[in-house]
Amino acid sequence: MTKVRIATVWLSGCSGCHMSLLDIDETLLDLADRFELVKSPLVDAKEFPAGIDVTLVEGAVANEEHVEILKDVRAKSRLVVAFGDCAVTGNVPAMRNPIPPHDLLERVYGKGMTTTGTLPTEVVPPLVDRVRPVHEVIPVDLWLHGCPPPAGVIARVLTALLNGEMPQLTGKDLKFG
Amino acid sequence: MEQVVIQIDGNEVRTARGNTVLEAARDNGIRIPTLCHLDGLPDIGACRLCMVEIDGRFGTACTTRVRDGMKVRINTDELHEMRRTVLELLFAERNHVCSFCVSNGHCELQDLACELGMDSVRVPYRYPTLSLDATHPRFIIDHNRCVMCARCVRVCAEVEGAHTWGIAFRGTQVRVITDLGVDWGNAETCTSCGKCVQVCPTGAIVLKGQATAEMEKHPELVAELEERRRAG
Repeated sequence: MTKVRIATVWLSGCSGCHMSLLDIDETLLDLADRFELVKSPLVDAKEFPAGIDVTLVEGAVANEEHVEILKDVRAKSRLVVAFGDCAVTGNVPAMRNPIPPHDLLERVYGKGMTTTGTLPTEVVPPLVDRVRPVHEVIPVDLWLHGCPPPAGVIARVLTALLNGEMPQLTGKDLKFG
Repeated sequence: MEQVVIQIDGNEVRTARGNTVLEAARDNGIRIPTLCHLDGLPDIGACRLCMVEIDGRFGTACTTRVRDGMKVRINTDELHEMRRTVLELLFAERNHVCSFCVSNGHCELQDLACELGMDSVRVPYRYPTLSLDATHPRFIIDHNRCVMCARCVRVCAEVEGAHTWGIAFRGTQVRVITDLGVDWGNAETCTSCGKCVQVCPTGAIVLKGQATAEMEKHPELVAELEERRRAG
């Protein structure tokens, strides 16, 4: 049996959703031989590989690199799952939205804040004007709510996807926060 | 009491003359989602979530009185879609960050997202810049989480009789204010009764000193209070 190819990416979020994924405990062991984790913050691979069945996206879209990552993810994944409230709504990262990005950088890196007071121009990707949920940037197939999503819901969603079914999320599955 | 016969989704149901469509539905065990409606307060049809089809036209169930032979549709795909869109607009309009809200887990807006199957908000979030007023010694109003249901305005005017809360400005600028726009802590008419806290459906008006998910409210107290007053 060919294994289901799963990837996870981590955009602007706290990694709590990835922690919740690990928190499904022995279910992960039960499912482990049915999928291959081909790209993830937990797996060392430089490029996002092609031919992915399911990609879980944790975090909101906060900078230009995130936009590029998502375009790549969408092109190479059959299903994209917005994984957790930051990916679904923008959540905490989006709280910076009322503040212009330059003012924000000035406040964090500017005069009096760091020894040089110079704003980063290299290595650090430029911030986008407004932090956005994933589906405002690329089409999303499934939204997994929660901050973080409860381990039980993640286990149910993963199991359904590995069985080739689209998980049905209703009622309390859709609770934010 | 005189009865009126109306049709709901093709079935004949009876209800007392003078009832609203919402009351008629409830009397017959049919659920219509609501947000601004609260038993014990006058209805104003502010949130539009109880939208139904009445004799071929759309209207709010909470503010429409029944008439003999009225044909009401509640559960159609079109109405489900309409209610969900209304809910999405409410979420997109202000900054509802459930994950660290004091009302997380005890929020009527959050519950509606579950009930109406809102898997995502399909309109762009607005992320407006809004303030928070913590000048009152016991309470906080966070405009980021307000849905403009005006329950606070109604309970303050109609039940407490203080008229501290009001609504100012229009469109995207609309917000609730205390005493013509002074800080809540300086609002002389406020009796600090806390009824606005109890009726607020979200984490907009809350008690101070609550941590995330700790704020549990009791909006049903208003109906109980009204009942006791009627009984004398």
